[in-house]
Amino acid sequence: MNSLFGDRKYIIGGIFLIACIAFIIRLFYMQVIDETLKLDASNETFRHVTQYPPRGCIYDRKGRLLVTNEAAYDILVTPSLVKDFDTNSFCNDLGITKTDFISGIKKATIQNTAYHASVFLKKVTPEIYASFQEKLFKYHGFTSQVRTVRRYPMKVAPHILGYIGEVNKELCARNPNYKEGDYIGISGIEESYESELRGTKGIKIMMFDAMNKEVGDYKNGKFDTLPVTGANLTCTIDAELQEYGEKLMQNKAGSIVAIDPETGEILALVSSPFYDPNMMVGSVRAKNYGKLLRDSINVPLFNRALMAMYPPGSTFKTIEALIGQQEGVLNENTAYSCPGAFHLGKISVGCDAAHGSLQLEKAIALSCNTYFCNVFMSIMNNKKYSSTEEAFNSWRRYVTSFGIGIRPDIDLPSALRGSLPTQKYYDKYHGKGHWKGSTIISLAIGQGELGVTPLQLANQASIIGNRGYYFLPHIIRSIADRPTMKKYATKHFVPIDAQFFNIVADGMCDVVNDGTAAASKIPGIVMCGKTGTAQNPNGRNNSLFIAFAPKDHPRIAVSVVIERGGWGAEWAAPIASLMIEKYLNDTIKRVEIEKKMLEGNTIQYLAEEKNAPKKKKHNAAEAKVATIKKHKHKDE
Amino acid sequence: MSDRRSNIIPHIDWFTIGIYLCIVLIGWLNIYSAVYNTTHPGIFDFSQRYGKQFVWIITGFILAFLIMVSDASFFSVFSYPLYGIIVFMDIAVRFIGKDIAGSHSWFKIGQIGIQPAELGIFAINLGLAKYLSNEKKASDEKKIRLVAAAMVLMPMLLVILQNETGVAITYTAFIFVLYREGLSGNILLGGFMLIALFILALVGNKVVLSIVLAGLALLAFLIFTRRKLKDLSKVGAILGLCLVIVFGTNYAFNHLEPHQKKRIQVFLQQNVNNSKEGYNLHQAEIAIGSGSVFGKGYLQGTQAKLNYVPAHATDFIFVTPCEEWGFVGAAFIVILYFILIIRLIFLAERQRSPFSRIYGYGVASIFFIHVAVNVGMNLGLMPVIGIPLPFISYGGSSFWAFTLLMFIFLRLDADRLQILR
Repeated sequence: MNSLFGDRKYIIGGIFLIACIAFIIRLFYMQVIDETLKLDASNETFRHVTQYPPRGCIYDRKGRLLVTNEAAYDILVTPSLVKDFDTNSFCNDLGITKTDFISGIKKATIQNTAYHASVFLKKVTPEIYASFQEKLFKYHGFTSQVRTVRRYPMKVAPHILGYIGEVNKELCARNPNYKEGDYIGISGIEESYESELRGTKGIKIMMFDAMNKEVGDYKNGKFDTLPVTGANLTCTIDAELQEYGEKLMQNKAGSIVAIDPETGEILALVSSPFYDPNMMVGSVRAKNYGKLLRDSINVPLFNRALMAMYPPGSTFKTIEALIGQQEGVLNENTAYSCPGAFHLGKISVGCDAAHGSLQLEKAIALSCNTYFCNVFMSIMNNKKYSSTEEAFNSWRRYVTSFGIGIRPDIDLPSALRGSLPTQKYYDKYHGKGHWKGSTIISLAIGQGELGVTPLQLANQASIIGNRGYYFLPHIIRSIADRPTMKKYATKHFVPIDAQFFNIVADGMCDVVNDGTAAASKIPGIVMCGKTGTAQNPNGRNNSLFIAFAPKDHPRIAVSVVIERGGWGAEWAAPIASLMIEKYLNDTIKRVEIEKKMLEGNTIQYLAEEKNAPKKKKHNAAEAKVATIKKHKHKDE
Repeated sequence: MSDRRSNIIPHIDWFTIGIYLCIVLIGWLNIYSAVYNTTHPGIFDFSQRYGKQFVWIITGFILAFLIMVSDASFFSVFSYPLYGIIVFMDIAVRFIGKDIAGSHSWFKIGQIGIQPAELGIFAINLGLAKYLSNEKKASDEKKIRLVAAAMVLMPMLLVILQNETGVAITYTAFIFVLYREGLSGNILLGGFMLIALFILALVGNKVVLSIVLAGLALLAFLIFTRRKLKDLSKVGAILGLCLVIVFGTNYAFNHLEPHQKKRIQVFLQQNVNNSKEGYNLHQAEIAIGSGSVFGKGYLQGTQAKLNYVPAHATDFIFVTPCEEWGFVGAAFIVILYFILIIRLIFLAERQRSPFSRIYGYGVASIFFIHVAVNVGMNLGLMPVIGIPLPFISYGGSSFWAFTLLMFIFLRLDADRLQILR
């Protein structure tokens, strides 16, 4: 039989060979050709664990810490690994209710399946975490991860520093730098310097077994990347001055902006009402944010210094004086007579007093409306130009060069441009050719369609102080000890000769010495200032003041706006003088004035006004016409 | 006797032993890698599976040595008694056996469990070799065939009754032995056709399949027969049988154990949920695929080690070399087995004694069926059937059984020149 069926060994061997070849082909297909299986393997075994870098800290100009980080702990849960435990003590340890617990587990399960860790409770404070951590081993399935939250040791400058929050889904989809749950700067420096502050996330490749248990690093961390801490920033703020400004602004609505004219660095930028930046951090944030957001009277989240627009009032006369001189229609000897009001045809603009005949310096010191209406008319009727429109456009160019009506190029988000009317606007409003200098006479005294922000006002003071140039106001001095952008070191000139500034500075000096703001004189410091009282059709006027000091080579330029403060000299001027005194002398000698300012409460008028029955809402132009017709232009 | 013993050394097939040692070493290193535990890094750590496997391997070597120094005629003499004992135990286990993991197939003697089904294949191989070598020359063929078939099918049925379907499937290895010894090629072909028909019946549309079968039958009748009534009834009977199988398959399928049904569904990729019943196979495929051409490197595998692959030291051990040594390593192992099996066939063919030849074919076929089913299931070419990969899967009893099986043949082979034709 052996010989009979001997050939069958070939058939049997052949069958075995076919099986062998089939296996090798199958192996080749699975291991070499089919790519999907490889992806599946790395997807389920490796998890890329993000290592969060701490955000950069922010220091003031003198190296005082304004923003730092503090540890906070996220409690994570992997629902499938949770075993029976004492939920009561668990909830007590974390300070949550049983309902929170159940909904937290449910949310985690829905969000990320029962087999993966997801955040159960966010931003647990170190105090709570310390006691919880000791028992963590008893709670199977729960782990923790360290995150950092912002801490503000000096509790100042909330609007400047801004705050951080979780990124939204749209941004995550757009920007690969962000994953859901990451933090991002939402306002202030946190927003504008987000890319410097955030640092670089690290990736740690961890291996997980089939039970989703972490089994360690992949190849001892050979492919991991380390997180890079965000850059530390030094800002231009003088925290002490800022703090003092905030103290002065208690119970007042408005703002203070202080700039170093020699550099454009913002020394203080107060927007009041303000809040403790620590309120916008960690687990208390959601509650506080809502509270601040709902305060529609005081709108504390609104950065008035950059976003609120006020008519500049008489502070604008300084610019009129400069334009008049440059245009050759005004010089220091030009005299006009003030009978107590400016009359031109049907138009009349009131003045505080009958100043009699006066020249430019005095006119600034006393803030004579009549004088500056005449100056404005001479600019508008300049023989140089063939038409009022042409004269207006020339005037407008000068005003624009002061940064009014254009968005400031500042390294803080959402600074507004203010309002400066165009020829087109008047053509549309009055009809082409149907308006002339007298029609827009309110501009002469900084009323009408004009609107400026406190930042623009401070910059204006800084330009006058520098006799014709400015540096772009900015908030950051250096990033990780490297100076910031070059553009902040470039002089910007206004098209007005330096010589013309002297008489204006002299006038502004008189304002403080024996003019409208004589009460705010600082012994030992030659301060130049200009009051402004901006009309408010709905209630009390806004009190404005711009100033710089010393008169020559000023080291500080300030603008102060006190909403519903009344006269410029009443609140804004003393507060500005205190800021200057504080900055230049470091101590306040005028204790009486300081006390009065600290105790003052003008925010009540804002609330009263808001609560009063709403008057008919005027738009800017209507308001202007109404006030002019009533002959009620009142200014210092 | 002592003369003969000292003489056999040059006649031992050292080539086969070399391949055997190769596979054993690969197997042991693989188990080390598959269950590698950083807290017990020593490969001789006896608390770990790789340490234990080392003990099985060494004792297996001692067993092999004992076989080589024993008398070759011993195995032939003990064939029938051993076969008888195993069949008896297969029956007895029905009544006095213990249930372990759903199968009613274990004797418990103190701490030691004995599964007659596992020893069955060895006993059948010996018994069948003995029967066929004795009876061939004498009595009529029909009787021989019936007895031979019964010798395989009876224990197979008993094992199925013990719920050890996987073991029963390995018994089909003997079809190759019987074929070599004269079984009609039609039966071998019919066997393959039957499997194909089962699969088609489960996957395909039964009506279409019936029409195709009827068409084929008609063609066969018209072309290959003399178109007599006798032929018609023959073809008709085959067709009828096929149709019974086609329609009976579903009925049988629905009466399978749920886990068996699932395994077949997974194999056929019908309604498979990869996180439930399909998980094992899917994970094994992922792990194998992740190995790529050259693998991740020894001890660098992730999928099997991290327990994504179940039974990764036993039934799914093949996954680990696939993952760590890639296509190159996996193909090398497959080829190594192929060489071993072909070598065994070569050895079987050179035997003068029919007993040795038949036994040798049995060994080759048993190895083949185990490798084919195990590797096939790892690669998703076979339904999941829990049988070990010879010499590589973790486990003492299977390692011993395969070593015993092979070294008896090597002992017989070493003795081949002593036997006269």
